[in-house]
Amino acid sequence: MSVRHALLALLSEGPKYGLQLREEFETRTGDVWPLNGGQVYTTLQRLERDGLAESDGTGEEGPRKGFRITAEGERELARWLRTPPDLSSPPRDELVMKILVALYVPSADVHAVIQAHRRYLVELMQQWTRIKEYDAGGDWTMSLAIDAELFRLDGVARWLDAAEARVNRAATEGATTWADQASPRNQTRAPLPRQWREMRVRR
Amino acid sequence: MSMLELRRVSRSYGQGDAEVHALREVSLTADEGEMVAVMGPSGSGKSTLLTIAGTLEEPTSGEVLIAGQPVSKASRNTKARLRRRVIGYVFQDFNLLPGLTAAENVSLPLELDGVSARKARVPGLRGLERLGLRERAAHYPDQLSGGERQRVAIARAMVGERRLLLADEPSGALDSTNAQAVMRLLLDACKVGGMTAVVVTHDAQLASWADRVVFLRDGQVTDQTAAAPGPESLFTQERNQ
Repeated sequence: MSVRHALLALLSEGPKYGLQLREEFETRTGDVWPLNGGQVYTTLQRLERDGLAESDGTGEEGPRKGFRITAEGERELARWLRTPPDLSSPPRDELVMKILVALYVPSADVHAVIQAHRRYLVELMQQWTRIKEYDAGGDWTMSLAIDAELFRLDGVARWLDAAEARVNRAATEGATTWADQASPRNQTRAPLPRQWREMRVRR
Repeated sequence: MSMLELRRVSRSYGQGDAEVHALREVSLTADEGEMVAVMGPSGSGKSTLLTIAGTLEEPTSGEVLIAGQPVSKASRNTKARLRRRVIGYVFQDFNLLPGLTAAENVSLPLELDGVSARKARVPGLRGLERLGLRERAAHYPDQLSGGERQRVAIARAMVGERRLLLADEPSGALDSTNAQAVMRLLLDACKVGGMTAVVVTHDAQLASWADRVVFLRDGQVTDQTAAAPGPESLFTQERNQ
């Protein structure tokens, strides 16, 4: 999330001072994203320069200067809210890479590697669940943000389950690995799917 | 004090070449007021572990202790009494009696223990109310949704002064919101009521409600989570990044 659009969102509720914007930003992001004053005031100046916000005209710079969103700012905020972030390219996932690498390291116990990551994920999820239950203090927007993290971690844990099931199946069926199939000498036998080839090139 | 203790419990089925080892020397403890989740893939022995802990099945070897008392060699009557008074069991397929209403199903363990139907109805209705089913008390199981049947089964397992709750996939038929509500209820029962819960699940989100998560694979305990650090550590990590 950009600070620019977060400030526009806060201004869409009504005119606010710079100091107020900084405090509200930190509160609503669960105090996990501290901003320094300079970052807030620089962003506000740019919003004003771009016609997305306007100051109260007092001319006084700093925490007590008031700002309000303009009609153009409202449009920009609406456009940003509806624009999906670019998720088309799979992120470079270190955990996925470690499991794939473990498949080719002769001394690696893949099950133990998978379990080490699974335990870590579940421990993280235990901590987030506790925060949601005991520390959210009825703040349902904070609970919503924690749910997003829990679902994300849960997705990774499910992928580990699926990976382990595939490893087991490959062991019993004597299946070739992804790397075996990617090897040039085996290209005629089992080429990689197109999107994987493209992804390898991009990286 | 340990409310449940499994000491090197093994369970096998069949003989010779057909012998299957469902559990191999599993040791596990669950203390008073603790919620333990058992995670593992299908066929890892989770349900067998639970039925043995619930005295519904006997181990091939090893010992089960409930509140410090060995139960593996106890008489059928003693085990039945334990299941009526101490152990609440949530079955994966609910095991509700189709000819009884939701309220009657929940009150049943108390009635079987000699409490009159009239007196047993009060805690039965209270249990349904805690699970948001008070208005469904007069409905029969086939008039309830899968999620409602599951909640009735949970209410039945918790009715009375049960001190040990064993639940096999207690939220399998529930949507995410109701599943979270059930886990919150179980956690409250542990933290406020001093109950001990052992919950079998393959769902990491639900397991994350537990104080401790034990991982089972091929009938063996392979790992468990460490005691969870305080939640503030997450914020510290984020700030340091």
